[in-house]
Amino acid sequence: MKRYLIQRIGYMIITLFIIVTATFFLMQLLPGTPFTNPEKLTAGQMAVLNAKYGLDQPVGIQYLRYIGNLVQGDLGYSFQHEGRTVESMISSRIGPSAFIGLQALIIGAIVGMVLGIISALKHNSLFDYGSVALAVLGMSIPSFVFAALLQYYVGVKLGWLPVALWEGYSSTLLPSIALSVTVTATVARFIRSEMLEVIGQDYVITARAKGMTEKQVVVKHVIRNALIPVVTMLGPLAVSIMTGTLVIEKIFSVPGLGEQFTLSILVLDYSVIMGITIFYSALFIFVVFVVDIIYGFLDPRINFRGESA
Amino acid sequence: MKENILTVDNLHVSFKTQTGKVTAVRGVNFELKKGETLAIVGESGSGKSVTAKSIMRLLPKHNTEISKGDILYGEKSLLSLSAKEITDIRGSEISMVFQDPMTSLNPTMKVGKQIMEGLQRHQNMTKAQARDRALEMLKLVGIPKAEQRLDNYPHQFSGGMRQRVVIALALACNPKVLIADEPTTALDVTIQAQILDLMKDLQQKTDTAIILITHDLGVVANMADRVAVMYGGKIVEQGTLDQIFYNPQHPYTLGLLKSMPKLNEDKGQPLLPIAGSPPTLATLGEGCAFAARCPHTMKVCHSYTPQDTEVEQGHTAACWLQDVRTPKASPGEVLGVN
Repeated sequence: MKRYLIQRIGYMIITLFIIVTATFFLMQLLPGTPFTNPEKLTAGQMAVLNAKYGLDQPVGIQYLRYIGNLVQGDLGYSFQHEGRTVESMISSRIGPSAFIGLQALIIGAIVGMVLGIISALKHNSLFDYGSVALAVLGMSIPSFVFAALLQYYVGVKLGWLPVALWEGYSSTLLPSIALSVTVTATVARFIRSEMLEVIGQDYVITARAKGMTEKQVVVKHVIRNALIPVVTMLGPLAVSIMTGTLVIEKIFSVPGLGEQFTLSILVLDYSVIMGITIFYSALFIFVVFVVDIIYGFLDPRINFRGESA
Repeated sequence: MKENILTVDNLHVSFKTQTGKVTAVRGVNFELKKGETLAIVGESGSGKSVTAKSIMRLLPKHNTEISKGDILYGEKSLLSLSAKEITDIRGSEISMVFQDPMTSLNPTMKVGKQIMEGLQRHQNMTKAQARDRALEMLKLVGIPKAEQRLDNYPHQFSGGMRQRVVIALALACNPKVLIADEPTTALDVTIQAQILDLMKDLQQKTDTAIILITHDLGVVANMADRVAVMYGGKIVEQGTLDQIFYNPQHPYTLGLLKSMPKLNEDKGQPLLPIAGSPPTLATLGEGCAFAARCPHTMKVCHSYTPQDTEVEQGHTAACWLQDVRTPKASPGEVLGVN
């Protein structure tokens, strides 16, 4: 276990390093620099700014400097917002994104599991067909469509919830619901197919042959085994949904990370682009790692020593 | 004469498929007496497993129909029991061992718990009592270090050991009937012998009646008191082990026996396979299902289904050759068996 952990963490660092390097150089390929506004800046002013942020150095030196700072945990300052650290920009924006995302994830996971499980248990019934059709719709229709529909019907026509903005708990509900549709659909479809696969397994027949009641068979033997692979799927899904989605944040005017990220790309705020990418990647890598560890506890067939018991 | 514990009477089972109704079991009759071993022999697709699963009512409800016939456990009709009543019988009165021990145990549950589950369900045992009994069962089926093994998962056992666990699980509640559906097919030959010995041994200790489903005549010779030979969803011949092996009356039984390699045969002797392949159940109509492959087929075989005829005490065969109107020449003489 210890050896596995050390090895795994080593790989995680290497992965992150590759992502950082690739992003850094890809970003340099974007046309323009952070300070190109000939109408407002004179050539002299530009030179001063470039020198201040180190942009006058060769790309190789810039890269080495960045890595050097990164290793010390320093993500640098924003190029566009005077005096603000990248760290503070991320931490001030991640809250709303994470909150909406987490809420969407909880709604989606619960509704999706219930739908998927009932669907599989009533395989080939009207309910099953209905929920499969809904799941396909939920996955194929982009979330901004639901967002707009929710805003119009729930927000404007019924007036139950605020249409947009970030003012209190009630304003988190619509964006969460809009986001949760895709989660629900993905989870429902995934669980349904896992359940159907497990229901057909020999050990489920063994459980029935033991005289277990249908409820015991489903709860103890089917659902437990069907849920294990779901963990693999939920981890990365959680990261992508909690780190902010541009479209939903834009539509509901949520001051989240997704919006910040897009903005920083538009204005070539190099350090912020890098910072958010690193934040996102690191979180993702970490969650995949955690999922693998959890998996080892859920599925006794997995051991981390790489030896057969 | 011992009493019948299980009676299968004119059982018909069909499946709804996309291409129409397929009748997999078409009139199976047999009786199982207390403590005896009945072997059901036949090729793949002859309806052996379907018959076994119908007894346990383990066939999928949505596409299966038991159109005719009945299954009696003692006096009770298993087919008319409610879902609750049949689950009370499963695992406590009638148990089943499946073909593939690699897949028939839940991979994420400790084997001890899998055995305990049935005990807690049927015998109102506390956890501790069930654990003791599970331990006792593991010892009984010859699993070394049973105390530790209780807390192991199935993947930590070899195939043979897993089948022992499955047998322990099936016998934990002292069932009256054990249905073993090809229990050794997935195992190595040496392990097969061990498992068969174990089953024989346990049968003597517990007086459980066994229905042994197999296509391996060697296993039959080793285990069975009586043999039923299935073909095309029917039992074509039924009798004691000696009757079937030494005085086969149905050309199919004869063909099966002749296709077995013999130890004392000269080298280079070709095996005698049965020509052709088993019938497609979907298209079987009137007439003997074996007619198309039978070396003794007569006109009548193609248009009328032969009925069970008693050849000798306790030995029946469903073949027109047994009909009184057929000129006598026993198939044994014709093919030079004995």
